[in-house]
Amino acid sequence: MTTTSLVVEHKIIQRTSIARRIVMGVIFLALAAVIFFVFASSTHTGQTSTFGMTPGGITQGTLPDWIIPSQFTLLLISVMVALLAAYQLFRGFGKWTNAILGVSVLLFIFAFLTYASAGQSMNLIGIFRSTILLSVPLVLGAFSGVLSESGGVVNIGIEGMMLMGAMTGSVVGSVTKNIWLGLIAAILSAVLLALLHAVLSIRYKVNQIISGTVINIFATGMTTYLSEKLLQPLQYLNQPPLFPRIAIPVLADIPILGPVLFNQNIFVYAMFIALIVLQIALFSTRWGLRLRSVGEHPKAADTLGINVFKTRYMAVLLSGAMAGFAGAYFTLGSVGHFDEVMTSGKGFIGLAAMIFGNYTPIGAFLAGLLFGFADALGSKLQILGSLISPYFMAMLPYIVTMIALAGFVGKVHAPDADGAPYEKE
Amino acid sequence: MDNKTKKNLEQLDESGKILLDELSHPSLSLKPGGKQKKESVLLIPALAIFTGLLVGAILIIFTSPEVYQGFAVSFFTGLSAAGGAVANAYSSLFKGSIFNPSTVITAFQTGKSTDIMSAFNPILESLVSATPYIFTGLAVALGFRSGLFNIGVEGQYYIGAAVATYVGFAFTGLPAYIHMPLAFLAGALGGALWGFIPGWLKAKTGGNEVINTIMMNWIAINLTTWLLSSGPLQRPNSNGAPISPEVLPTAQIPRFFPAPTRFHLGFFIALAVAFLVYWVLFRTTWGFDLRTVGANTSAARYAGINISKNIILAMALSGALAGMAGANQILGVDHAMSTSVSAGYGFDSIALALLGNSTPIGVVFASLLWGVLNNGATQMMFTASIPISIISVIQAFIIIFIAAPAVIRSVYRIRISKVPENQVTLSSWRGDKS
Repeated sequence: MTTTSLVVEHKIIQRTSIARRIVMGVIFLALAAVIFFVFASSTHTGQTSTFGMTPGGITQGTLPDWIIPSQFTLLLISVMVALLAAYQLFRGFGKWTNAILGVSVLLFIFAFLTYASAGQSMNLIGIFRSTILLSVPLVLGAFSGVLSESGGVVNIGIEGMMLMGAMTGSVVGSVTKNIWLGLIAAILSAVLLALLHAVLSIRYKVNQIISGTVINIFATGMTTYLSEKLLQPLQYLNQPPLFPRIAIPVLADIPILGPVLFNQNIFVYAMFIALIVLQIALFSTRWGLRLRSVGEHPKAADTLGINVFKTRYMAVLLSGAMAGFAGAYFTLGSVGHFDEVMTSGKGFIGLAAMIFGNYTPIGAFLAGLLFGFADALGSKLQILGSLISPYFMAMLPYIVTMIALAGFVGKVHAPDADGAPYEKE
Repeated sequence: MDNKTKKNLEQLDESGKILLDELSHPSLSLKPGGKQKKESVLLIPALAIFTGLLVGAILIIFTSPEVYQGFAVSFFTGLSAAGGAVANAYSSLFKGSIFNPSTVITAFQTGKSTDIMSAFNPILESLVSATPYIFTGLAVALGFRSGLFNIGVEGQYYIGAAVATYVGFAFTGLPAYIHMPLAFLAGALGGALWGFIPGWLKAKTGGNEVINTIMMNWIAINLTTWLLSSGPLQRPNSNGAPISPEVLPTAQIPRFFPAPTRFHLGFFIALAVAFLVYWVLFRTTWGFDLRTVGANTSAARYAGINISKNIILAMALSGALAGMAGANQILGVDHAMSTSVSAGYGFDSIALALLGNSTPIGVVFASLLWGVLNNGATQMMFTASIPISIISVIQAFIIIFIAAPAVIRSVYRIRISKVPENQVTLSSWRGDKS
């Protein structure tokens, strides 16, 4: 009995891996075909793509422009991807498949950039820099989600918490003329909203989606109300200081990496620190194990003496703090004043990044970076007059998240007790 | 028989019991007799609304400069300034949404029919603004009854509006009695498609409908912005401004009174649809299947109900209702689509379904309240210079108190009812794990 079931299981695994191998191979082949038939065939011989290597306003770590022949490069890339596809179809990369998928996608993006800038010039470093800047709120928002959902509490109120943090940061920063007080106030205001979410969903066991929606409606209404009633007539309430760019010595002089990563404001550095701290804390400390156990199986955690309610409160409040920090980025790190509904759905893209990143900090970071890149590229393409509308680029994060969720590429694993209120017996 | 099979059988027995229960005791909300049931059906919402308005009053007091100036003079002056600010705000809300008593009296004194008409325009306008809420509230309520959380009403609304707009201006030469229903149903179909996708994904891949509908909302918003600014819905010579051409007069939902009164047939269509939803949900086997899937998936499976089919059906129907809301706004009120076609109907609809306890009649009354609040808020902005967004704050508090009745109970010291509440069951983030 046991042996037969084992054999059956083995067969199923083999079959799915064959199906997966072929699906992946076809995907690679499709990428190669698009590069060859769409990109390469619409460029002419002799056309060149110019990639600018000078970020605006930064003098450290610059390089001369990089000029490549468009058509030759595209043909070369399409042949490379086609070779990868052939190997995948006939032999298979096995456990390296996902890595090769990543490589092919990167090659595809590079091919697309080459095609889009054929006969023109595109500031590559500029795109990378804005990718980082645009992904900061997405990544921090996704981290906020990871914190809360690891503990088993769904948080779709990230958008509202970010919005509240953005306004509070701006007002307190303007009134006190102290940017750090503004930052702290932004975090605290979002933590207060998170406390509301926690009390509603943990103590009163309100459906967590409803509770999160309430946070969003409340924050949108409240910030818009206060902005119209107070910030517009009293302009001095909405002129906070802005965090300056800090060039890290030595590192900022590295070509490409320097201007992109090491010559940014504290929000960017904080994002990287948060990534490392969260990844280690969640998966390599006792604290993280407890948090995740509460998210996966609260009853078992309770039996082992972990205080489920306390742990969940902590998770939601930390999530709020992260969202407030992300919100402060808008007013104190980027725009310099508060606009009504200025988060414009960034919290929801953060949510998407969290899911696409499979509920882990590193995954959320990479997904947020990808979505930020799509955003940066979208606005760049609009300037270059490309065929692809920026609205379609803006849809990309949501579409790929739905595909990931459906399990077409790999299975997303949410914490098991995510969204279920815990009832102590 | 090994242990596992035994356990499975026990579970099946359990679900059979639940099914029998559902069969023999129809939903509580159908017969709201008895003191305890009345409490949860009427008292809690009434207190929630009252408390929400109270919170709004506090917000008005704290953000009115007159109040601070008054308190600078003396405590009593400050107090009366606070009272004055709130009374001014809420009386203009009443005048703007129901009627202005003094205008009504003068209108009847002069006896001119146009004066009388315009004196009652506020309440008619409230009905106009309640109409889309009825559709969207029904959309969420139908989802709740089927155990699904359709948070994608906003997106389905956008798609419904876009499709109705297209049919409204592109199909020429049709008589009104065909064109208008066609455009309206096309909008419903557009919404249904947008609801079908997450429903299908849930049934076939287990992808959670909450996440998928949130994603579909943003896809819909970007898609319609593209359609309006550079796609097929773009108005010629609009210079890239995201606005569609006007729908043809034959596609417009007829209005009952001359301009500026906008009261139109859509309100009665909404009431008819509400009755239809009630009839389908509570009077047909079809609706019974939907509700059984919503109440208890394993019981439904035990009874041989096709879960996948019902999930897809429920999401598509819910989307169709949301699409009707979009069509109604385009064909009845706006006559052309712009990106500001929705005033957050999708998210408010969750509140409406909760407020109406997910029953069609409850949703209709909740929508009337929402219509009154939103329409009155416009007047409140003009006469008392209170930003419209205060309504969102009030609404947020109403949802909190409805969703967490324990909060209201502890504030007003109401005894906890012994009868279990008729709460709609919702799956968790990952979906049901039966």
